[in-house]
Amino acid sequence: MGFECSALSKTFTSRNGEVTALQAVDFTVNEEEFVCIVGPSGCGKTTLLKIIAGLIQPSSGQIIYSEQPLNGQLHSAMVFQEQGLFPWMSVQDNVAFGLETQGAQRNQRRQMARDFLTKVGLAAFVNNYPHELSGGMRQRVAILRAFLANPQILLMDEPFGALDSQTRLVMQEELLRIWKDHRKTVVYVTHDIEEAILLGDRVLVMSGRPGRIRQDIPIPLERPRHLANRDHPEVAEIRWQIWSMLEDEVRRELGIPAL
Amino acid sequence: MNNQNFWRRVESWLPMIIIGLGLVLWEGFSRTGQLSALFFPAPSTIVGSLIQMILNGKLAIHLVATVERLVIGFAIGGSAGLLLGLAMGWSPRLRQIIDPLIAAIHPIPKIAIFPLIMIIFGIGEASKIVAISIAAFFPMLINCMTGVRQLNPVYFEVTQNYRASSWKTFSRVVVPGSSPLILTGTRLAINMAMVIAIAVELLAAKEGLGVIIWFSWQTLRIEELYASLVVIALLGIGINLFLQFLSKRLTPWYNDQTDRQY
Repeated sequence: MGFECSALSKTFTSRNGEVTALQAVDFTVNEEEFVCIVGPSGCGKTTLLKIIAGLIQPSSGQIIYSEQPLNGQLHSAMVFQEQGLFPWMSVQDNVAFGLETQGAQRNQRRQMARDFLTKVGLAAFVNNYPHELSGGMRQRVAILRAFLANPQILLMDEPFGALDSQTRLVMQEELLRIWKDHRKTVVYVTHDIEEAILLGDRVLVMSGRPGRIRQDIPIPLERPRHLANRDHPEVAEIRWQIWSMLEDEVRRELGIPAL
Repeated sequence: MNNQNFWRRVESWLPMIIIGLGLVLWEGFSRTGQLSALFFPAPSTIVGSLIQMILNGKLAIHLVATVERLVIGFAIGGSAGLLLGLAMGWSPRLRQIIDPLIAAIHPIPKIAIFPLIMIIFGIGEASKIVAISIAAFFPMLINCMTGVRQLNPVYFEVTQNYRASSWKTFSRVVVPGSSPLILTGTRLAINMAMVIAIAVELLAAKEGLGVIIWFSWQTLRIEELYASLVVIALLGIGINLFLQFLSKRLTPWYNDQTDRQY
């Protein structure tokens, strides 16, 4: 399902006064589209994602969905950066949590979780606890949980941000592989420009505080995509284009004068 | 066997060796009269008196009385503390209302309000159970509340995101997530209940381990006093072993977790 964010703004009130995290954010995401959002840290990317998820309310503006939600189906499921798994639940119960909240019976939901885990090669870990898994495996489990809940929109908040760069490369391909089989509308937040280009159909570039959409860049790469794509001249060109937009913001944030 | 291994083995037995040595010295000094046998009867005398109390059924009567009070008092005060503590940990509003009351009442020594409890609940069994319940209530409540509050807020974002009902959030996140601290609270609450149970028995009871202690002091049968202390200590060890077993069974994810940061 697609949706449109219309003039979304969010202002937080803190002890030091008001902080505008988002200002007049407008964009559209189409059905089954993979949209990446990049921006400097503190630009309100996570806030934007949480508004789409319904976890926080915008100060003004609204989200308009292209169709009415199906009966009982989740609007969205979010994959958090880390620590999103419940440490007291086994891997299969974590993966089945989205089914559990939608009322699936214990045996049925566990069977579905095990089937899904088996398909991605995690059959040996169904009864393990999250702390017994590596960081990369934990994030795979978190992603499977979101997919299995079958939401209309999948939201990801830097899901690979805490992983080392090698693990991250493999995880990016793994995510695309799962997504190919289970097409969903995805909004993926990252600060990694290359990751955004390799994953997204479009990359939305945000400006620093207050967060705004500065540019909407379509990515003309063929799917399925591979690691080799990163050497594509077009990727290099877009990467440079995005970086030149972000560089000033990052420098300003750090107090380093522009070149 | 090499030297290092030998000393490591000695080290692991050291607590036992120290206790054993202490008992032997105690026995010796008490028998030779260097320690007053009236105040410090020899360990063998204490054990003899304990065996006698077991054989003539005296211990059973008093032990049952104490354990019964302990169990009923803990069940009432502990479950009240559990539910209110979890609710207060979960709901900031409830916490704002009740926490100041807890802070005011908690520091009052529970034994100091026992006369007041007797005025209200009479001098029978009820007042003792009320005192024990109050003693168990506070450590349970505070630990359960902390247990919920130390949960990473992201867990509640997950439940909200998956539209979990309040009951699901409670039964699948609030309770299991805070179970390590619930168990800590249980341990502290039982030990506190034990302290107050013995104390109220010293003051006003016909049966109970506290009663033996008081009578043996009044009749100068000090070996029975020591025997009761041994029984209380063994009871405490038994309860704590049981709780350790429970925590291994109920929170395996917590016990062998080296990295608790997710």
